[in-house]
Amino acid sequence: MKASPYLVLALMLAVCFTLATGLEPRAATWSNRSKSDNVFGVLFGNGRKLFANQFFTMADVYFHSGYYPSIFDLRDESRKEIVAESHGQTDSAEDEKKEDFLGKPKDWIDRFGRHFHITEHTHLEHKNEREILPWLRLAADMDPQKIETYTVGSFFMREHLNQPQEAEAFLHEGLRNNPNSYEILFELGRLYYENYHDTARARNVWQFALRRWLQQDPKDQKENQLGFDEITVNLAHLEENAGNYEDAIRWFQAAQKVSPDPTALQQQIDDIKKKMAAPANAPAAAPHQP
Amino acid sequence: MNTIWALAGVVIKELYRRKDFYVLFVLTALITIAAGMVNFFHDPKIVRYVKDICMLLIWVSALVIALITTARQIPAERESRTIFPLLAKPVTRWQFILGKFLGCWLASGIALLVFYIFFAIISGSREQNWPWLTWLQAIWLQWAMLAIVIALSLCGSIISAAPSSTTTICFITVAGILLVGGHLNTVALHQSQPLQTIFYTIYFLIPHLEWFDIRDRVVYDWGLVGWLDCVLATLYAAAYTGLFLLLTWIGFRRKSLNT
Repeated sequence: MKASPYLVLALMLAVCFTLATGLEPRAATWSNRSKSDNVFGVLFGNGRKLFANQFFTMADVYFHSGYYPSIFDLRDESRKEIVAESHGQTDSAEDEKKEDFLGKPKDWIDRFGRHFHITEHTHLEHKNEREILPWLRLAADMDPQKIETYTVGSFFMREHLNQPQEAEAFLHEGLRNNPNSYEILFELGRLYYENYHDTARARNVWQFALRRWLQQDPKDQKENQLGFDEITVNLAHLEENAGNYEDAIRWFQAAQKVSPDPTALQQQIDDIKKKMAAPANAPAAAPHQP
Repeated sequence: MNTIWALAGVVIKELYRRKDFYVLFVLTALITIAAGMVNFFHDPKIVRYVKDICMLLIWVSALVIALITTARQIPAERESRTIFPLLAKPVTRWQFILGKFLGCWLASGIALLVFYIFFAIISGSREQNWPWLTWLQAIWLQWAMLAIVIALSLCGSIISAAPSSTTTICFITVAGILLVGGHLNTVALHQSQPLQTIFYTIYFLIPHLEWFDIRDRVVYDWGLVGWLDCVLATLYAAAYTGLFLLLTWIGFRRKSLNT
């Protein structure tokens, strides 16, 4: 018996189709990979998290316009300046000196080679900060649980690029992936307060962030005291500007417990107390918005 | 000199007859255009990552074209036995080596020019900035580096009969120098003897190809390298190219041409 090759082909196609319809629902339960909501999850599975750190580092490399230490240069790997900048920390002259990882040329090859490479420590400015965003987007796609990606991305978008709506959407995405993150809530509060000037929402979000911070293990609380300090100090400033001096003092006092500089906070408390003691004919403070 | 140019002309014709260049160019173009079409946070002015990806692809493609083209020259002539009538013309072995080198180098230069024109169109149209001199320096330094790579590969093809093994070994060597070469002195500092001496010897012996890689200056808009430095780097490349060509000639002079 001699079968036509076209008939055999048609039969095989029919078998493939039948098997596919039967197996597809089962195959979906074999692995979680196919359930992933982005292409990287499907391609790399959990291995994608390995790339996320590299992409986050690339954002820092771009922030320095290529002036960045290699794995051969000695440097504190955990310190990323985009993270420091998002916490409002700027480099002192001493820090800048420390970051001169190149040092003096070791030989003539090293000396001549520097004429071709970037040897100047600079940071992106004048809206060129936008160049770090693709790497942050990729880092977020690779590891949606990497919280710093969302807070740093949001900071640069709202503070340097005047894109608060994009920043808010990015933070909400981060919050969906990390519902317990006090860091993202804190950044969201800053966005409401500093960009939208929405005091009530900022207060609510920061208070919620504080509750999230308090829900951590005591060990984590001890490690993340900077988070508590930032939230309470910002709440204190918010209440002070809203004219709720007693609340402001309460938040400053809470911050003093963990602050590296409680004296400076005491100074601010004293200033508020002076304001409270000022004569009644002084300019009225804004009414309290509950 | 006419003999050398005639030999070089044949190699250049081979470049556009074979499909390697077209495949790599289309791949580079497709990946760059696809990367450029991605929308990040609705900001159309983001451009550096596209330049970065395109430059990386240009470097990889140029290396692959140069190595593959060079590594097969001498083995192919020996295998097809066309080397016998060629050397009986008479073409001296030195002219043969020089002709092959010149052909591969010019072919790589043509390929590089096409890649950089594409890069200039993509980068310039997105950034609305056309730093021609920086691009000119980038292409010149990369081409000078390719001269060393081609001479090295030609030297390798004398030792190894199979083009694939020459290509692989040269690619690993070049990639190793580009990635680690400039840091060997730092690595040597942290080693005990005799490793320290070995690392330092390698560091001072290898051609420092990483000098010629000014992609960062192009991507991050750092401007021009000093012209005197460019001239010195070119002389450095010429010296190493000459050295490898001499080694190739010494090896080839004594080599039996029968396969």
